[in-house]
Amino acid sequence: MTAETGIGASVKRKEDARFITGTGRYTDDINLPGQTYCAFVRSPHPRATIKSIDTSHAMQINGVVEVFVGADLANDEIGDLPCGWLVKSKDGSDMIAPPHPPIATNNVNYVGEPYALVIAETAEAAKSGAEHVVADFELQSPVMDVASATQSEQIHESVPLNRSYDWELGDKDATDAAFEQAAHITSIHIVNNRLIPNAIEPRAALGSYDAASETYTLYTTSQNPHLERLVLAAFVNIAPEARLHVISPDVGGGFGSKIFVYAEETAVIWASAKVGRAVKWTAERSESFLADAHGRDHVTHAELALSEEGDFLGLRVKTLANMGAYLSTFASSVPTYLYGTLMAGQYKTPAIYVEVQAVFTNTAPVDAYRGAGRPEATYVVERIVETAARELNMDPSELRRRNFIRPEDFPYETPVALTYDTGNYEASLDRGLDLAGYAGFAARKAQSEAAGKRRGLGFSCYIEACGLAPSQVALSLGAGVGLFESAEVRVDVTGSVTVMTGAHSHGQGHETTFAQLVSDKLGIPFENVSVVHGDTRRSDYGLGTYGSRSIAVGGSAIANATDKIITKATKIAAHMLQTDEEQVSFDEGIFTIPDSNESLTFGEVAFSAYVPGNFPLDELEPGLSEKAFYDPANFTYPAGTHICEVEIDPETGCTEIVSFVAVDDFGNVINPMIVEGQVHGGLAQGIGQALLEHGIYDSDGQLITGSYMDYTMPRADDLPDFTVDTTTTPCTHNPLGVKGCGEAGAIGATAAVMNAITDALGVRELAMPATPETVWRAAQGE
Amino acid sequence: MVDLTLRVNGKEHSLSVEDSSLLSDTLREQLNLTGTHIGCDTSQCGSCTIHMDGKAVKACTVLTAQADGSDITTIEGIGEPDNLHPMQEAFREHHALQCGFCTPGMIMAAIGLVNDNAELDGEHVRKGLDGNFCRCTGYHNIVKAVLDAKQRM
Repeated sequence: MTAETGIGASVKRKEDARFITGTGRYTDDINLPGQTYCAFVRSPHPRATIKSIDTSHAMQINGVVEVFVGADLANDEIGDLPCGWLVKSKDGSDMIAPPHPPIATNNVNYVGEPYALVIAETAEAAKSGAEHVVADFELQSPVMDVASATQSEQIHESVPLNRSYDWELGDKDATDAAFEQAAHITSIHIVNNRLIPNAIEPRAALGSYDAASETYTLYTTSQNPHLERLVLAAFVNIAPEARLHVISPDVGGGFGSKIFVYAEETAVIWASAKVGRAVKWTAERSESFLADAHGRDHVTHAELALSEEGDFLGLRVKTLANMGAYLSTFASSVPTYLYGTLMAGQYKTPAIYVEVQAVFTNTAPVDAYRGAGRPEATYVVERIVETAARELNMDPSELRRRNFIRPEDFPYETPVALTYDTGNYEASLDRGLDLAGYAGFAARKAQSEAAGKRRGLGFSCYIEACGLAPSQVALSLGAGVGLFESAEVRVDVTGSVTVMTGAHSHGQGHETTFAQLVSDKLGIPFENVSVVHGDTRRSDYGLGTYGSRSIAVGGSAIANATDKIITKATKIAAHMLQTDEEQVSFDEGIFTIPDSNESLTFGEVAFSAYVPGNFPLDELEPGLSEKAFYDPANFTYPAGTHICEVEIDPETGCTEIVSFVAVDDFGNVINPMIVEGQVHGGLAQGIGQALLEHGIYDSDGQLITGSYMDYTMPRADDLPDFTVDTTTTPCTHNPLGVKGCGEAGAIGATAAVMNAITDALGVRELAMPATPETVWRAAQGE
Repeated sequence: MVDLTLRVNGKEHSLSVEDSSLLSDTLREQLNLTGTHIGCDTSQCGSCTIHMDGKAVKACTVLTAQADGSDITTIEGIGEPDNLHPMQEAFREHHALQCGFCTPGMIMAAIGLVNDNAELDGEHVRKGLDGNFCRCTGYHNIVKAVLDAKQRM
């Protein structure tokens, strides 16, 4: 280990060697001997009863091997796709999760829902076969509007009012009382636009079945292969976990959309045994648009009560969250425990009450998308705080500063069920003001106005709860799985090290960051550490990567396993040096007896572990390999200030982001280069939501943003250069003092952009995305 | 079926393909050059960008039959791990990639952009790469990498 590769160094990434040479190995790059290809037949209707399905024409297509419908899976007792988080309504009743068969049997409930699959010798034959599956549908009118969903026709027999749950958090009476004391009340109506995640690698699955061992192997684009295996084993009934091997090889981005267990890989792995050959499916982009879980899609009314001086007294939030047609894997947790719990933001608001109704519509299921609930919460809090500042004619940065939870207040218990461990919100605000040149803004605004332009500046002081874990809290709130992480550190005979993690990298650079961590702790060269992930037969167990959890939970597990290695190696060193282990110290890869000239390198001790010629075997086991399961005491709470400055041309409605500053507190940072990259990517998605992206269904239930020609993804010339910096308050409850950085950009950016645009235009509210048309209309006073 | 020859990464291939085969599919499926990625079905994402007779082209916009006799370079043909193309080096140096899926197409497009333009600044790079999606990096580091690679090329 050297300072160039240790904790805190911007080490260039190990994984890049394959990605820049085109030798990465993504699911669609993998082929198995004799494989067949699968195409799904998808509903063209948003809501219909399936009267009958005729597969005979498809079977005539040259190359078609087999056609399956939902009933075929049901006959094999293939289970429904479950939602893994149970939320309870205000009245104590359980949420209602409608049946969700992987392949629709009696009804289809969104355009793109699969109701049959065709297996063929080639991908072309499979697609051709799919075009010849004929279904007789009885059409019903779809429920498309979230605001009126509870008053619309009932979609699922088991779900009255089309409502999964009606949830609350916080003290209603205390909050109502706070509003009675208020000198000023700011209220705001917010639509958080539906987004379509769009990882650039489409989802894919390649399943095979080995009849001799009765074992299934599934290659798939999953952020959490162990969770995929668990669901397929325990709920879908494919096979017990020991006979189900799930591999997520290189995965081309996830952003949440590859957490979930979907119909397609379920059907593919099942079908591989039915046809006795490997089955491969790779989504076309149009399928990604229709059938990947979407994100956001809330309608919210919020009110903030303030004192005359500008102290926050209470916050009331009422939200309708669109679940789409079914409850996806973690859908229920997103607008509740990842949303309502964040309504304190960075502020000492003493009373908060949040109500969320989760409703069904005839649209694709909605689930976690980068930030998952926390961007929606931040958008509510930061839009209403900014609006209140304008109404009170206060500087928005000063109103925030006045209400910040202060460093001496930690640990701070919020009125919405979280205890923040640490933070220094003023530090990131001050750094942000400095980097944004806030003092010079008025002059720049005057300059823009002289040139016929409008200039605005907006803040977003976000907080997030991440490092998803701890199990105890999650399980008490309805989670169906524990949320720890596992690690195994294997020291090889020659002293190189292999690290197995249950976290999964789909762009985050774990092979580098985790190797830095281990090489730093063991004092061995960075090159000597290899990280293995994404394979249920190589890592013990794991919950995968989402919720900015990899370093805080996965990294901590690795740190603990590495500490166990040091403990065991110290014992071996003591034996080799013929002394007590208390006499041996370890630093920078060298075991020494202090004040002596006796020392051993890590490599010598590792070798001895596997060549235990004279070990006292009743006290000292051979070998040097250790495991750890890490389950933290609390979430981590990254926080920061994002400041966006825009210039708008009122003639065209075009918005230019002239400056975007993000100052984040992620606690300790292992690799600043990678952390900056994570922030950049998150900002792009947050800005994309504000300016460009919107998943739109028309009133007939058709997705009219179903391709890259209709759904506006941020391109290089849509985005500015970013100014990013960090402040640091180390997390108090994990061994590395780390908090996680994957979602912060997407959580903070959207509100900053919209606050800037509304500032520039002098309007109170503006719908996202702020397209040139929307901005132009507002600029014209429409 | 169409019989044709392609010169790919310096090597001649005689192939027989369906009339409707796209060059992107032929490279991946028949020549096993899986570095060329497919991210969409409307020629919008740029992940399949390759060089055809020296020009950066989205391989999904070319019928393989149209490419008969052409000289094709894919991501696998521009550098080796121990002898990288300056653009590959710059992408690694500037952390211009995360999941790596768009990266081959982005690198091939960026090389084309640099080759075609004597002068480049950040704004030109952003406009020049607007046919290629990246969902991970926010493009910030890609712009830096391309400008740096230009100095090295």
